[in-house]
Amino acid sequence: MKILYFAWLRTKIGAGSEEVTPPAEIEDVGGLIDWLKGRGGGYAEALDDLSLVRVAVNQEHVGLDHPVKAGDEVALFPPVTGG
Amino acid sequence: MIRVQEEDFDVGAEIAALVRGNHEIGGVVTFVGLVREVTGGAPIAAITLEHYPGMTERGLAKIEAEAHQRWPLSASLIVHRCGRLEPGERIVLVITASAHRRAAFEACEFLVDWLKTKAPFWKLEETGEGGRWVEARHADAAAAERWTKG
Repeated sequence: MKILYFAWLRTKIGAGSEEVTPPAEIEDVGGLIDWLKGRGGGYAEALDDLSLVRVAVNQEHVGLDHPVKAGDEVALFPPVTGG
Repeated sequence: MIRVQEEDFDVGAEIAALVRGNHEIGGVVTFVGLVREVTGGAPIAAITLEHYPGMTERGLAKIEAEAHQRWPLSASLIVHRCGRLEPGERIVLVITASAHRRAAFEACEFLVDWLKTKAPFWKLEETGEGGRWVEARHADAAAAERWTKG
């Protein structure tokens, strides 16, 4: 599974993307985020307030209950500020 | 048509290219977004626009298709710049063309509201005190929300 981080999530976590293999029991976005937070450090700081985190799976906006599986592209980013 | 690019765009040339040869068009509405120097706090020296390559283009193409379903548009163009931009520079261009003005006005506003709230772009402001990520505005979310009612 590929995870992408943008804007201040990228700077806090210290990477723009990474390949991860979460444990099999992780089935949705919420579970994946909890697992990433468990790594501590920049992950815990970046993912502390989920009201400031938006998620896309395979380039579509989704909620925390959206399923995730091996091979997915998951992106975590703050609310967008383009335009 | 949609484009994400670092280069500037020429508004007149883009309009001319979009409508060329299409004589059913009776009205063209253009929105040009510029980088503001002051956004509430200290003046900014520049912004850097980060985006999500792939999802950005896909999202823009999808919302453009939706605008064509909702309004009788003859042609449209969305150009969004990325990278480092200084105050006064053009950042986004939305052009909608239709036989009649109302569809063009409404579709243009719909597209800009969507860009502000859903297109995966993030602005980093450079000020004298370093870089600062711009926070999303509630007013933008409210503006986009009205298109989902009714």
